[in-house]
Amino acid sequence: MKAPTSARWSVIGTVAALATVVAGLCAAQPPASRQRGEQVFAYWCAPCHAPGPKHPGTQALQALYKGKKPAPLEKRTDLVPAVTKAFVRNGVSVMPPFRKTEISDADLKALAEYLAPKG
Amino acid sequence: MSMLPPGVSEKVFGQAIRRFEGVVGKEWVFTSDEDVRLYRDAYTPLWHEGDEKVASAAVAPDSAEQVQAVVRIANELRIPLYAISTGRNLGYGGSAPVLSGSVVLDLKRMNRILDVDERNASALVEPGVNYFDLYRYIRDKGLKLWIDCPDPGWGSVIGNALDHGAGYTMNPYRDHFGAHCGMEVVLGTGDLVRTGMGALPGAKTWQQYRYGFGPYVDGMFSQSNFGVVTKMGIWLMPQPEAYLEGIVNARRHDDIIPLVDILSYLMNSSINNAGTNLQSPLRFAASQKPEVQALLTRDDDEAKQALNKFAADNKLPFWTNILKFYGPEDVVKAQWAYAKKRFAAAIPDVDLHDGASYRFPLTDEQIRQVRDESVFGIPSLSIFSIGARSATNPTPSSGHLWFSPVIPMTGEAVLESQRVLAKVLQDYGGKTIVNVFPQSYHPRTFVILVGFPVMHDVAANRGVRDVFRKLIEVAGQHGWGEYRTHTVFMDDCARVYSFNDHALLHLHERIKDAVDPNGILSAGRYGIWPKHLRKA
Repeated sequence: MKAPTSARWSVIGTVAALATVVAGLCAAQPPASRQRGEQVFAYWCAPCHAPGPKHPGTQALQALYKGKKPAPLEKRTDLVPAVTKAFVRNGVSVMPPFRKTEISDADLKALAEYLAPKG
Repeated sequence: MSMLPPGVSEKVFGQAIRRFEGVVGKEWVFTSDEDVRLYRDAYTPLWHEGDEKVASAAVAPDSAEQVQAVVRIANELRIPLYAISTGRNLGYGGSAPVLSGSVVLDLKRMNRILDVDERNASALVEPGVNYFDLYRYIRDKGLKLWIDCPDPGWGSVIGNALDHGAGYTMNPYRDHFGAHCGMEVVLGTGDLVRTGMGALPGAKTWQQYRYGFGPYVDGMFSQSNFGVVTKMGIWLMPQPEAYLEGIVNARRHDDIIPLVDILSYLMNSSINNAGTNLQSPLRFAASQKPEVQALLTRDDDEAKQALNKFAADNKLPFWTNILKFYGPEDVVKAQWAYAKKRFAAAIPDVDLHDGASYRFPLTDEQIRQVRDESVFGIPSLSIFSIGARSATNPTPSSGHLWFSPVIPMTGEAVLESQRVLAKVLQDYGGKTIVNVFPQSYHPRTFVILVGFPVMHDVAANRGVRDVFRKLIEVAGQHGWGEYRTHTVFMDDCARVYSFNDHALLHLHERIKDAVDPNGILSAGRYGIWPKHLRKA
């Protein structure tokens, strides 16, 4: 009856220095890793970053980008893994960083790949 | 390595780290700057200041046995530990220690839901279990039980109860420590104790009968540093049949006196079995009108009449209160009908009308549509909309703090506390006094909740700390003490509880010396310091 060892919140907003971090092209993601990334997102990130009202992360990104980029993170096409990793481990605004007992490095990798541009 | 614990040599600390690794595995001992940085308090009011409270390392056990082993090593080598459960007590210190250089004992990996008993409506959990975990477990199993959760659902069920957190359903579940039943605790020596019926091997009622035999010691382990709680029972709420809101709108300043008296009677008689949220639409409207705000600082009849006229002219209730009723449909209707009779008899022209009503279980669509899911024991993180960037808040904060003194549940106390606390806020440059309203987190009292933003701005945070400390002092002079506070203010708040030359704090210290003789556990938490760090 163990709850998932990983995590819940993720990325709010953006920071110019982080946004300029460039990651290489993603390799095709194996299904197991993608599934894990989706689970990590659902457990840790969705309470703030799912679509619709009552999600503070989505609200914040809507206010930041004013529709120039999609507010729900899963709709984004520009989140290279380094950006996701940086926000998860640094936090931003009222979003705190996540410890490795919450989102392990392996889970963070799966999450970052799940949110990364496809193709 | 970030830093050494105070009074510990590099050699001894190295030994401790290696022995911790032997217990929990190298993967679960964190010593690099990069990893230890993750234990900073994300909402600290000490950002960019030299005295920010930071850890030297972290160790994350996976079982009570591993906690015992880590504590024994720390006890032998005199390594200060600081226990956290999920580390999400944001606004109250988060995952950072009170004593800089402590090794954080991170219990997040201990996230097992050990038992949920539908027939007795209780659960037994480990400290890493958060409200989302318990809610999802119950929902996945289709059990007809509710949890009671605080605003952010990612907090620990155990940690929130130990910190006297509260929620939004009904008594006795909304007072989270009051709803706990039985603990397992590791003391500062590494000894393992079970409280209540848990002291009886093979006990059949550990989560049902809280007192066991002999002194009831559970309170010692809340808001303290006397032990590390590794298991706790919590009472759950049988899913009610129905929910009904009753709305009370009172028109005049002085109506608050009978309004709260009746509310108190209804609550203490279990006719109204839930918390309430007293608000003043007039005061919100006044936030944009300095001349009306000036009237609110006065207590004379002329000011009251002018405020009553402002309320009438603007068709605003002076006070509004939503009563929440949970139970069988016939019963909640009868409770509200009786409450209406009492309010109508005592308050001239009071407006009483039905609010939302539901039958349970809610559909997924209803859950999406409800205004506030915490009223139904559904965890979320929607509260973080406060402070986060939004259309009306283009400059988000970096966190928040809450000043939260306990006041009597009377209208007079609400008015007096608003005047007294608003004066402090205004003296320190506050521009508004609307943010001072009572919450009924615990039975029989109100908590006044004053929120402050935390920024990555040294001067702004110093200003917040100054006014926060002044509020503690002034509230204390009026007989109001805080129910809970951020780690930065724990000494200040403890100091206010000073009857008979701080006799209670001295008792806490004597208990500390007995159960944690080397003072290794969570030094400074709630103002309790071990002997070797105590100031004369």
